[in-house]
Amino acid sequence: MTPLSYLLQRGTAMALVPLVIIHLAVIIWAIQGGLSAEEILSRTRGSLLWAAFYGLFVLAAAIHAGIGVQTVLREWTPLGRRAATGLGHGLIALLLVLGARAVYAVVWA
Amino acid sequence: MSPPERVLKVDIWRGGESGRTQRFEVPERENQTVLDVVTYIQRHLDAALAYRFACRVGVCGSCAMTVNGRPRWTCRTHVSRVVRRGKLSLAPLANLPVIRDLVTDMTPFFEKWQAARGRFVPGDGPRDEMAAVSPGEKHRIAASDAIECINCGVCHAACDLVSWREDYLGPAALNRAWAAWNDVRDGDRNGILRAVVSGGGCHNCHTHQSCAEHCPVSLNPTFSIAGLKRETLKAKLRGELK
Repeated sequence: MTPLSYLLQRGTAMALVPLVIIHLAVIIWAIQGGLSAEEILSRTRGSLLWAAFYGLFVLAAAIHAGIGVQTVLREWTPLGRRAATGLGHGLIALLLVLGARAVYAVVWA
Repeated sequence: MSPPERVLKVDIWRGGESGRTQRFEVPERENQTVLDVVTYIQRHLDAALAYRFACRVGVCGSCAMTVNGRPRWTCRTHVSRVVRRGKLSLAPLANLPVIRDLVTDMTPFFEKWQAARGRFVPGDGPRDEMAAVSPGEKHRIAASDAIECINCGVCHAACDLVSWREDYLGPAALNRAWAAWNDVRDGDRNGILRAVVSGGGCHNCHTHQSCAEHCPVSLNPTFSIAGLKRETLKAKLRGELK
């Protein structure tokens, strides 16, 4: 792990703490009166606040998961640095694309 | 009539990387260290048993072995503290190549010390005056906390990261690097930081604290590694780690 990936790993972990807490709190609050797609979309459609919130969430989660998986691969499999880094970066890209699509879908589509 | 002599059952690793355990029976004494037991076997039961020791008083760091599954300094480990149902199991230190029986090859351990640049590098030219380092200065205090390492290899054997990643420098080498970095007389302190951010460097530490848990002289290499993480990060952000 390089100093930069260490900084990103710790930084994204710190960012995820409030994001996860708010995410869970909103879930619990939002399902009180039942749960429907319309209700969720009425809250998120056109909301720059939710777009920014989940945009940041996706970014932090993708980086954190990618670096974490890269570390696990180096420690628990015979993969070398290049292969583990490649797979870690691939996972970051994949999660970013999937997450960005989801954010786009609930805010703008 | 005196009571019958109590006997310890001692299983010892025999061979190199591959081998088997061999059972010895050793008279139990009231005050007896694990090293005493090994020495008894070598002197009275099997002269071919290979093991390593020098000072017998916890200074030289050469007698560390795996005792009932845990790495320990054997000269200061009393049998009464570790024996289980009259049995002792002794093996060479983990995470190092085995030469024979209880003797490991410490070469990789000391190569990592060198790789972490755990040695003093003088500055340019002779100094006109002695370097004044106050005992209360923060770097001096940090160095004092890390400097009493006896190079026994116990932390190296206890570290999960060392067992997972061959290139990880390990707690002893990184602890030494931290002590060396805190020596303000060193001529290339950034050189130490560059050495410890290499592939198997300090940022890989998971802070499991096995090193601190097992260290026979109660050092805390995890704390030293945290210091290296902090200082390398600062140096990186300042652009000093080229």
